[in-house]
Amino acid sequence: MFYRTAGQFKTSYKADHALFPVRQDAILLGIILVLAFVIFPLTASEFTFEALLIPVLIYSLAALGLNILTGYAGQLSLGTGAFMGVGAYACYKLISIFPEMNIAIAIALSGFFSASIGVLFGLPSLRIKGFYLAIATLAAQFFLVWLFQKWGWLYNYNSSAAIQVPNIRMFGLWVAGPQADHLTRYYFVLAVVCLVTWFAINLTRGRIGRMWKAVRDMDIAAELVGINLMKAKLLAFFISSYIVGVAGALFVFLWRGAAEANLFGIGLSFRVLFIAIIGGLGSILGNYLGAILIVALPVLISATPEMFGVSISSATVEHLNTMIIGALIIAFLIIEPHGLARFWAMIREKLILWPFPH
Amino acid sequence: MDLLNSIIVQPFADMAGAPDFLLQVLWEGLVGGVLYALIALGFVLIFKSSRIFNFAQGIMVVFAALTLVGLYENGVPALLALPLTLLVMLILAVAIERVVLRPLVNQPDIILFMATIGITLFLVGLGEIIFGGENKVMITEQLFIPTGSFEFEPFGGFVLMEQKDVTAVIGAVVLVAALLLFLNKSKIGRAIRALGDDHQAALSVGISLSTIWVIVWFIAGIIALATGIVWGARAGVSFALEVIAYKALPVLMLGGLESVTGAIIGGLAIGILEKLFEIYWGQPLLGGNTEAWFAYVVALIVLLFRPQGLFGEKIIERV
Repeated sequence: MFYRTAGQFKTSYKADHALFPVRQDAILLGIILVLAFVIFPLTASEFTFEALLIPVLIYSLAALGLNILTGYAGQLSLGTGAFMGVGAYACYKLISIFPEMNIAIAIALSGFFSASIGVLFGLPSLRIKGFYLAIATLAAQFFLVWLFQKWGWLYNYNSSAAIQVPNIRMFGLWVAGPQADHLTRYYFVLAVVCLVTWFAINLTRGRIGRMWKAVRDMDIAAELVGINLMKAKLLAFFISSYIVGVAGALFVFLWRGAAEANLFGIGLSFRVLFIAIIGGLGSILGNYLGAILIVALPVLISATPEMFGVSISSATVEHLNTMIIGALIIAFLIIEPHGLARFWAMIREKLILWPFPH
Repeated sequence: MDLLNSIIVQPFADMAGAPDFLLQVLWEGLVGGVLYALIALGFVLIFKSSRIFNFAQGIMVVFAALTLVGLYENGVPALLALPLTLLVMLILAVAIERVVLRPLVNQPDIILFMATIGITLFLVGLGEIIFGGENKVMITEQLFIPTGSFEFEPFGGFVLMEQKDVTAVIGAVVLVAALLLFLNKSKIGRAIRALGDDHQAALSVGISLSTIWVIVWFIAGIIALATGIVWGARAGVSFALEVIAYKALPVLMLGGLESVTGAIIGGLAIGILEKLFEIYWGQPLLGGNTEAWFAYVVALIVLLFRPQGLFGEKIIERV
């Protein structure tokens, strides 16, 4: 009734390949954008921004990067955390070498550093496949985190061995550092996320996206129909690591404010992988749904006992949290291995037919 | 020139100059390698029989060790705690098969891999709630593991071997031998290998998938307990032990995911090599702590030449 596609005729191939073949999809996206750009900033508290909105956006960006590599090009990577770290450290060095540089440009440039490291560690993918490749990306994970700790130049040889975000101004506004307002940072992150999402959607449904999907489904067959495997895989590593690096720079500069090497450890990699898998591999929407679930859930679980007036020590809550997330991951995988995006696709199908059964 | 000297010449000069110290380093590396091999063995068993890349092996080690120590602390005699822990591991194996694996039969590998990470998180949370997060002492003496040490004086130097390490090595050898015997000679062992070769063919001759999976996970649990005891005796029992799972992964890569021999040889090789590199190259030249990544880099280089690992089955792909 509300999602009826009847009467929306396509009279050209162009219309058939449009971004929104169904009008309601566009309306729904419009509503979400209005919510994100207008309603949330007007209503949400500072806690909501710091604990939910900004992290959800940044995590979904990182998951989007991983999803391009794993979901579209089929190369399993467990090194996402380290690549985020490369983005963050590169951005930090750029800002400290060129203090006058615009932060947006610095973040955009720092993506290229993680992209080139990503391509370097993606080279084995030309020979190694499947789980062997996944473990090979762990080499990147452990080596880079070790490097972040040992290479003093990266954190300007300061005694805490951590990077600290200075106050940064852009067009007269404080956008990063302790002085920046949470609303400014939120809008900044939101703008980047929207831009990258738009880019990713168009990339994955175009020629390059189809090339990646062919490689994912069967790389030998893809090679036989004339796809250059090296180009396809390395391009996937490049673009994926670029997005992940940007997410890493945002992660430190617009959310955490400070970071040490261990922040980019294997835990972060797994977190992003969870988001991508629970959201749905090979889908753009899934990253946002997955990030909402994984980021919001711990906040909700820690708030629940208080709501019922039960007081549990914070350590127990944290352990319960780990347990529940583990159980939920298993439950989600059993119920719908294709992730939350598939859930939405099924709901949408039902909505289109509703109220008729067939 | 100076740099080249310190990379190529100096380490070997150090080795030749102090052979007793070299021997000590090799021994430490060997003991570490035995433990890596044990964990890798748990991985290989499960991967062989079910194509599941079991990330939870590391936490199973912690969980088994914690259960053993936790039971003892609550007044159960040590020799009774041991079979009780095995019972807990059996229950765990049944529960994992029932709740997690059975509904996920025939899913892509990555989904099953993620499920084992889910199991890991669940067990971490559960373990911390039941046993608490603090470091515990392994009940070595109560299990009649000797704690003294042997001392040798070769080349006019001095080498120290802890008796618990010697016990660990002997225990590991016995365990591996028993396991190989079991896999190769017993009926269940043959069934496990049959499942590893071809699920459908194995099912069609009447091998029960779910029973074998429970048995395999239980064996992995036994190996986990053995690893937990020997590693716990060295470093105490805490959740920090979980990281040894990450040390076993490059061993798997090096040896091949399906090969029992590969796990053992890979484990020993990586244990010894990483110790040598850390002592003679890592600490003087790179600021130490190279053990975190050295094994991965070695495995990666080997994999570039042999994509299936040293002893893995040749990967044959059909279009």
